[in-house]
Amino acid sequence: MTRPTPRDRPRPEDTDGPLLTAYGLNKAFGLTQALSTASLSLGRGEIVALMGPSGSGKSTFLHCLAGVVRPDAGRIDYGGVDLTHAPDPRLSALRRTEFGFLFQFGQLVPELPCVENVALPLRLNGQRRRPAEREATRMLERLDVGDVARKRPGACSGGQGQRVAVARALITRPRVVFADEPTGALDSLNGEKVLRLLTDTARESGASVVLVTHEPRVAAYADREVIVRDGRTLDIGGGR
Amino acid sequence: MSSLGPAFLGLLENRPQHGYDLKHVYDEHFATQRPLAYGQVYATLSRLLKNGLVEVTATETGGGPERKRYAVTDAGVTDVEQWLGRPESPAPYLQSALYTKVVLALLTGRPAEGILDVQRAEHLQQMRELTRRKADGDLGDQLICDHALFHLEADLRWLELTAARLDELSGEVRGR
Repeated sequence: MTRPTPRDRPRPEDTDGPLLTAYGLNKAFGLTQALSTASLSLGRGEIVALMGPSGSGKSTFLHCLAGVVRPDAGRIDYGGVDLTHAPDPRLSALRRTEFGFLFQFGQLVPELPCVENVALPLRLNGQRRRPAEREATRMLERLDVGDVARKRPGACSGGQGQRVAVARALITRPRVVFADEPTGALDSLNGEKVLRLLTDTARESGASVVLVTHEPRVAAYADREVIVRDGRTLDIGGGR
Repeated sequence: MSSLGPAFLGLLENRPQHGYDLKHVYDEHFATQRPLAYGQVYATLSRLLKNGLVEVTATETGGGPERKRYAVTDAGVTDVEQWLGRPESPAPYLQSALYTKVVLALLTGRPAEGILDVQRAEHLQQMRELTRRKADGDLGDQLICDHALFHLEADLRWLELTAARLDELSGEVRGR
């Protein structure tokens, strides 16, 4: 018997309210206060850029929102679930099924061909190899990198590798994609292609995106920006 | 210097054209906000004619108004070549007003950070609009939008740097 795919699993109820809300998050690493009353409300299908200088706390904020790091104080609500107090197995399941991740350097598994990298989240969710790789191949073709499916990441260009990483982030049809400086290692043209693919595919599938960046041109792909400064959030606005 | 004249000369270099057709070719390639006004087209052609950079090669009279066909002259070709080879003078355009606002805020004890935040939001809003326009446009639109986006980004870099130096700036301004 096959295990249920992410789409079969119960998901947060579709309501008009925000999908993910964080209130008053605090996080310290030793004596360093990385976050201080940081807050965010993320709508369904909304793309929000977290902007701020290096060391402002924006990556820590992203990690807290994604259930990777537990804040010291505050509450994160995702579809009625309090992530700050959710047990680890619940957080792991959410990260595998509901969330997608994209990092600056792709962080693909170097030993695996690209198609297996993209299929990995599906395989971790119990999907059989062949259907998972068929789906991964379709996603790679959609992102215009079908030709590197059998190559290992080391044999791809930076732009190709990052598109493979986008495919992997979106393969489970996540509700939220967390992207941390996803184009930071790419030149302008390749960075733009990756951003367009990420935001267009997310919009088509109705996924929300939290996009950490210090680059205004990257933030301009979002619906609005939230400034992170000294661990605090400053929501000035912006609109569709 | 306006780029309308040299653009007309360059377009006429491809083939002689009527003012009406020239306006449409220009609009197709260069008019991003609004099309050229006919008055502007004929005023420019008349200036180019007066300066010997274009000439009238045919005048057609039909049922409607008289239509002149314009061609670029050798002097016109030289002019457009010189224009293409001449660097544009880089113009810093925002900082003076914004710099004054920031310094004035610091001098009068107002929070300067808020001025920078509001300006950043305004810039990013415009960048979002350009990014959307770019997504819907052809390659020409994309290049024009990119040009504007890079300029806005340069302003924003200045804003970020200024925001990071506000304490230092405040000390200097108040110490004067």
